Amino acid sequence: MFTEEKKNSQIFQDSNHLLPKSEIEVSNIIKEAYKNKFPIDIHGANTKKFIGYNVQAAKSLDLSSINGIIEYLPEELYIKVKPGTLMEDVEGALEKNNQELSFEPTDFGYINNGISNKGTVGGCVACNFAGSRRFKSGSVRDFVLGFRGVNGKGDIIKSGGTVVKNVTGYDLSKLVSGSFGTLVALTEITLKISAKKPSQNTIVIYENDPKVISDLFQKVLSSSNEISGAVFIPDEPQNKKFDLNKSKAFKFNDLDQEGSFFALRVEGDKNSIKERIKDISNELDLKKFKTSNLDPHQSPLFWKSVNSLQLFSETKNNLLRAVVPPANCEKVMNNIKNKFKYFIDWSGSLFWIEVAGKDDDKLKEIKKMILQNNGYLTIIKKSEDFDFSEKIFTIDDTKLMISKKIKESFDPKGIFNPGKMYKDF
Amino acid sequence: MSEIALPKVDRVTVSKKDIIVSSLKNFTSKENVLSELDEIKPYETDALAAYKNLPLAVVLPKNTEEVSEILKYCHQENIKVIPRGAGTGLSGGALPLNDAIILGLGKFNKILDIDFDNKCVVTQPGVTNLSITHAVKHKGYYYAPDPSSQLACSIGGNVAENSGGVHSLKYGTTTNNILGVEMVMMDGTICKLGGKTLDQEGYDLLGLICGSEGLLGVITEVTVKILKNPQTVKAALIGFPTIEDGGNCVTDIISNGIVPAGMEIMDKALIDATEKFVHAGYPMDAEVLMIVELDGTKSEVDELFKQIKDIAEKNKSNSFKLSKSEKERLGFWSGRKAAFPACGAMAPDYYCMDGTIPRGKLSVILKEISRLSKKYNLGVANGFHAGDGNLHPLILFDGSDKEQLRRTEEFGAEILKACVRMGGALSGEHGIGIEKRELMCEAFNDIDIQQQLNIKKCLDEKNLLNPGKVYPILRKCAEEGRVHVHRGEEKFPDLPRF
Repeated sequence: MFTEEKKNSQIFQDSNHLLPKSEIEVSNIIKEAYKNKFPIDIHGANTKKFIGYNVQAAKSLDLSSINGIIEYLPEELYIKVKPGTLMEDVEGALEKNNQELSFEPTDFGYINNGISNKGTVGGCVACNFAGSRRFKSGSVRDFVLGFRGVNGKGDIIKSGGTVVKNVTGYDLSKLVSGSFGTLVALTEITLKISAKKPSQNTIVIYENDPKVISDLFQKVLSSSNEISGAVFIPDEPQNKKFDLNKSKAFKFNDLDQEGSFFALRVEGDKNSIKERIKDISNELDLKKFKTSNLDPHQSPLFWKSVNSLQLFSETKNNLLRAVVPPANCEKVMNNIKNKFKYFIDWSGSLFWIEVAGKDDDKLKEIKKMILQNNGYLTIIKKSEDFDFSEKIFTIDDTKLMISKKIKESFDPKGIFNPGKMYKDF
Repeated sequence: MSEIALPKVDRVTVSKKDIIVSSLKNFTSKENVLSELDEIKPYETDALAAYKNLPLAVVLPKNTEEVSEILKYCHQENIKVIPRGAGTGLSGGALPLNDAIILGLGKFNKILDIDFDNKCVVTQPGVTNLSITHAVKHKGYYYAPDPSSQLACSIGGNVAENSGGVHSLKYGTTTNNILGVEMVMMDGTICKLGGKTLDQEGYDLLGLICGSEGLLGVITEVTVKILKNPQTVKAALIGFPTIEDGGNCVTDIISNGIVPAGMEIMDKALIDATEKFVHAGYPMDAEVLMIVELDGTKSEVDELFKQIKDIAEKNKSNSFKLSKSEKERLGFWSGRKAAFPACGAMAPDYYCMDGTIPRGKLSVILKEISRLSKKYNLGVANGFHAGDGNLHPLILFDGSDKEQLRRTEEFGAEILKACVRMGGALSGEHGIGIEKRELMCEAFNDIDIQQQLNIKKCLDEKNLLNPGKVYPILRKCAEEGRVHVHRGEEKFPDLPRF
């Protein structure tokens, strides 16, 4: 029967680019791959393809044709979609009901080719990169209520559901989020959605001193004003490309482009924003600083620029993403300031750092420093000179051993994105 | 109570009890190994007290290294191990087996590091949920998940069951509020998952462990996030003439973009029972009572309550009372929190169910429960965490009547099956344990379950850690027990359950 289906389906035409249109077709392809042990490169819109090692697979399984919103219930706060659905289509549908994905998916389009592209929902879940609201609202994984997918044997599996409280077996939604397509080919994803706040403002503080910046981040984290974004964009060292990106990305009437700045976002209805800003002014002692205020028109655009990494638009260098405990922010800043182009998000926890291709030693030094600061580091984009003996994801030996076993439990023959995350599997 | 199938007892292990007990004494102080009947009797059950079983022995290690040595030994000798926190679980997750040792984490009772700069607390797993909040409240912080048993339940148990509470819609459950754990695997390997950073790289093993009901590893340390107290908290009591009106109001509040910190629904039977019990001042003319709690800035809370009042009126509410003081707010909650003991006073026994449904299906499930109540000729009172869709029907019966007991169990299983049919889940916060194990096939097929069992095998190849829990042994959708309370003799009767 399978051979018959194979003849009838376009997906098995000679091409190495497999483009299934349904879950059952995905399952059939994977059953075939399992039987013949051929590795496959699973992907959606390929907007984050450059992350991780290059996959050694002759055939690619493109999930972009399995797309569309299956069910959207605004009052139940969830949306169920197929993996190839574009993020912008989901965000567009939610916008109509004043709802949003509050984890703010990172847009990797600019660093790839200078054009916005958030890719697909499947890709977003597979990579688990959340934007500026992370420290308040959670990461992508916190919003995946359930999924359906196909494991490495071709079996269709599911986990979770559509409700927020669910203790029914292991929470595989978490495991699948951030697994870069190495465990499951996703075929259906249910995301928790949130009500969009009626309005927002951004306070910009012009400051450069690491101690003061770190202190501001701390005060943001200690505030009961539900601040939903806090970033620092440094000015030093001078770099033409970065400065040009900065002037394009942060061109706002009420933002002074000269020098470094810190920015924080307040959301809510207009009265509560006023109330919060007043309170924050005391908490952060804002009268000590030069500040400006981005109104509800400028504020969303500002955070869009932050979350699309426009500062590193079309970078040809290595781009590192490091996460540290927020109290170590100042130490990390002192280590990299004036040496590398970088910015800080997640109120002092997330560092995006650019390192020139030829500076292998510096990359190693930064990684060592981040680990010493109890953090982790991922090499997001690699320069042409990248030394592939360098580990792209940081992991300790015990976790590597567990991860390898988990991988085998989903994909016993290692056919999904082999070598994408770790060299051994 | 119905018989429950448990893994086959390994007679060889049982026959070696003396050797095992003396070996365990090599890994921890002698007084921490219990084997006499009077010593191990208190461990024969958890808060699902209908099921009792004696363990082979109980061991109470003092530190991670001891846990590791004990597990390594049990792994080598093929001895089953049941991890246990405070024993407040409602699904029998810590039920002993005759050929297993209980590994109690009671001595892991210290908070190790209060780190205000990183907004987290590193604690041993035996520390209670509420003591974390107590440890940080002097600086205006708290730990968000608040299961009703928070006075007694341990944070390690919270991780095992992914505990929620009434504020899960806004603040999430345990999995959204922990940063890291230290865990010992069945072969004795110690591993750290996460730490003080947000997220971790690679597979989210922390997310896998959370809610795994003690089947994948023994938690020996937990790092939890702490939050700053909200500026203003207020609650309102809103009465409705019909279930449909109350249910529609829940949906409309959410549709209007309001995210309450907590939103509870009680039906007429529960309003009557609790009002008689604690005199919370609930409106007696309401068929359905809603408690809504909001937090945020003062102007935001006041504005949203105005909107909620309008929404409630559109849904024919017949009373609306907003708390004017913290005392009054707590008074509103006192009735809801007394729901379980109030039901205990209404009938000799009650079963507490725990399922979730999509919020919009509230009136449908309540009608179905009402139909089943007539079919089985048994009373029922319903409490509902409406914010997150978590339903707790309490079936009233007399356990001395075997026929009533049988009907109660069938009634309970039918409710859970209906939850799954409506797109909900078998358990919102009590876990599967032994209680709902055989109902797993309502939610998952054999392939889904096999994938989960394969994961279990990765971390516990010999299936020695908490065997017989969560996954069906019988593979039939049996009618098994719920939380059975006889004449108010609940395990931990003083704990609020809601």
